[in-house]
Amino acid sequence: MTYYRSTVLVSMDPVCIDKGALDVKEELIKELAKQNLTGEVQVLDCPRLGDPDREGPDILVYPEGSHYIQLTTETVGPIVMEHFIKGRELQQHNSKLPDLTDEEISDPKEKEIRVILENIGEIDPRNIEEYIAVDGYQALAKVLDEMSPEEVIQIILDSKLRGRGGAGFPTGLKWKFARQAPNTPKFMVCNADEGDPGAFMNRKVLEGDPHSVIEGMAIGAYAVGANQGYVYCRAEYPIAVSTLNIAIEQAREYGLLGKNILGSGFDFDVEVRMGAGAFVCGEETALLASIEGSRGEPRVRPPFPASKGLWAKPTNINNVETYANVPKIIHRGLEWYTSMGSEKSKGTKTFALAGDVAHTGLIEVPFGMTLREIIYDIGGGIKGGKAFKAVQTGGPMGGCLPASNLDLEVDYETLGAAGSIMGSGGMIVMDEETCMVDIARFFMEFTQDESCGKCVPCRVGTRRILEILERICAGKGVPEDIPLLRQLCDEIIQDSLCGLGQGAPNPVISTMKHFMDEYEAHIYEKRCPAKVCRSLITFEILADKCTGCTVCARNCPVNAISGERKQTHVIDTELCIRCGICKQVCNFDAVVIN
Amino acid sequence: MPTIKTIDDLERLREKAKKVKEMRDQTGKTQIVVGMGTVGIAAGARETLKAILTNIEEKHLSDIILRQTANIGLVGQDPVVQVTLPGAETVTYGKITPAMATRIMEEHVVQGNIVQEFQIDA
Repeated sequence: MTYYRSTVLVSMDPVCIDKGALDVKEELIKELAKQNLTGEVQVLDCPRLGDPDREGPDILVYPEGSHYIQLTTETVGPIVMEHFIKGRELQQHNSKLPDLTDEEISDPKEKEIRVILENIGEIDPRNIEEYIAVDGYQALAKVLDEMSPEEVIQIILDSKLRGRGGAGFPTGLKWKFARQAPNTPKFMVCNADEGDPGAFMNRKVLEGDPHSVIEGMAIGAYAVGANQGYVYCRAEYPIAVSTLNIAIEQAREYGLLGKNILGSGFDFDVEVRMGAGAFVCGEETALLASIEGSRGEPRVRPPFPASKGLWAKPTNINNVETYANVPKIIHRGLEWYTSMGSEKSKGTKTFALAGDVAHTGLIEVPFGMTLREIIYDIGGGIKGGKAFKAVQTGGPMGGCLPASNLDLEVDYETLGAAGSIMGSGGMIVMDEETCMVDIARFFMEFTQDESCGKCVPCRVGTRRILEILERICAGKGVPEDIPLLRQLCDEIIQDSLCGLGQGAPNPVISTMKHFMDEYEAHIYEKRCPAKVCRSLITFEILADKCTGCTVCARNCPVNAISGERKQTHVIDTELCIRCGICKQVCNFDAVVIN
Repeated sequence: MPTIKTIDDLERLREKAKKVKEMRDQTGKTQIVVGMGTVGIAAGARETLKAILTNIEEKHLSDIILRQTANIGLVGQDPVVQVTLPGAETVTYGKITPAMATRIMEEHVVQGNIVQEFQIDA
C-alpha cells in the first residue's frame, strides 16, 4: 500500500494549461521519479487555485499548504530539491493563497442534507478506488449477491423514489413496466441533457461523482433485464463527458462493468452519447430519437419508452440524479431514505439557487422544506437587503411564485397546484427591481428559440406570444393583448405534443396571475414599475446631488452626458441607450431612473 | 490494477482504499516531523525518514502526518525526529538511526510510550 506523505495539486485551469501547466506537471513527475519520491508524493489535478493570469501555472503542496506560482519546466527541479528533499519552503515563486471557495457549491448550511452531493469535492472522480473507499459499488455487490430483480424493483417502489428530471414519476413503477415488457434487448438510458439555463446539478454530479450514476444504472439494468446503457450528455458539458468516459473505462478495467460482473453472470456496459445543443432533446422521446441518429423531435406516447423506446425496444430512461439515488437507497436502506422527505416524495432534491439571493449555488434539501426556509435560511435572503418579489422554480417552463407562496412546502404536487413545476431543480430568486413582464418575455424568447417546430401551436404560438410581449415591453402594448395572450397560452398548452410546448406558457400565465398590475402599467400607462424595460425608462442626473466629477460622462459608451468640471451634468435622453453604467459608477447617487 | 472478480475482492479493495483516502484528511492525526536541513541530511535523516515510511506501510498505520522541515536547530543532535500524538505534547528525539526510528514507531506511535533514552530536551 502506498503511503503518500505529501500531495501536490496541479491547477488544470484552461489559462494555466495555455501557459504550460501540462509540461510543468510532466516535469514534476519526472523530477519526483529522479529523486525516488514517486511513492511518497502524490500528484493530482485540480481546478483553479490562484489567479491563473497572474500566477499560473501554479501548484499547491500539502500538508504544508505551500502555493508555488509562475512555474516553468526549469523551476520545477529546484522546487522538488528544496521543498521535498531539503524540507524548506521555497521563498521565490511563492504566494499565499486566499481561502479557496467553490462558487458553484459551498459547505452545507444547517438545514441541508447532502446525499447526492456528498462526494463532490471529497473524492477524486478520476480514481475509482476513492469511490470504492466511500462504499462505492457496495450496493451493486449486494444486489448481485443477495437480491432478485423483482426484489430490487420492490425496494425502489417502497422507497417512493420519484424521477428527478421534473415529472416525478415513481421510478420503481417505471422499472417494473420495463421489466414486464416482453421484447429484448432492453436498454438503460440516462438523461444528462440538463438544458434548463442556470441548472447545473447534474453536471456537478457527472464531474464530481460519476460512478454513482454508473452504479445506479447497473443496478437498474439488473432489475429491468438490460445489458446495455447509454448516457446522453449535452455537448456543452465536455468535462462531464470526459470524466464519465474515464470513469467508465476504469469501471471496465476493474471488472465492475462488462461481462460477468462480480462473478454473478450479469453483463452490463455503458457508453456516452453526446447531444448537440438542443433543449428539446431533454424530452425523453426526442432524446431517444437523437441517440438513434434522427432529428430531436418528440413523438406521441403511448407507446412509452418502457415498452417501445430505443430502436423500438423496451427502454428505461431516468435522470442523472434519479440514478444517483439508487445505490444510496440500497446500501443505506429504506428506513434511512424514507426518514427524509414528505409524505409523497421521499429523499432529497438538489436545487441550483440563482438570482438575487445572498448565497447562490447548489444546495440539497429534503422534500417538504418551505420556499421561505430555502430562500432565507439556506440562501441567506435577498442580496443587498432588498425586498423579495418572486421565485421561479423549475427552469424556463416554471411559474413565478410571489411572496404569498413563500410558506409552500416544496413538492411536486404543491408546486404544480401553485402554477409552477419542480423541473430539474432550478430556483431563480427575484427582487423588487425585477420587471415580471420582462421575465416572461425573457423565458419565452428561450423556449421559442428551442421549439423543435413539429407542432404548429408551439412553433407559431410561442412566436406570437413573444411578439406581443416584446411590444408590451417596448411600450406599444394594447388592451386586447391580455385576452389574446390568455387564449394563445391555453391553445398552446392543449395542443402541444411535448412538455416544451405544454410548459412554455407557464411564465406568462403565472406572471399575469400574480403581477397583472405590471402588465397594465406597461400597457395603459406606458410605464415599467420596476424601471427595467429600456424603452419605458429615462435616466436623469439630479442637479442637487451632482458634483460635476465627470466620472459618468467619461464612462458613457455613447457620449450622451455633457457637462463641465464641477458643473451639473446632463444626460441627452435621445442618445441615451439606458445601459445603466452612469448609475453604477456615480459615487454620489445622483443618477436616478424615471 | 486489480480486477475485482468477487465480492471479497471488492471488500479488500475498499479497506485499502479507505486508508489511503483518510491520509488526506488532516484532523486528529499523529504528527511526525523529521529535521532535514543540510546537517540532517548529512547525518542520515533521509534514511531515517525512509525507515519511518516503511514502518507506516508495513504496520498499516493510519492517521499519521509525516513531514520534513529544515534544520530544527539542535546542534549535534541530527537526525532529529519530533513526535506529537493527538492532544499530547511534542516529544523530540535526537540522533535517530533507522533502527531507533523503528523502535519509536512501535513503542511511542503505536503504543503511546515515549522512548525516554532517545529523548532530548528541545
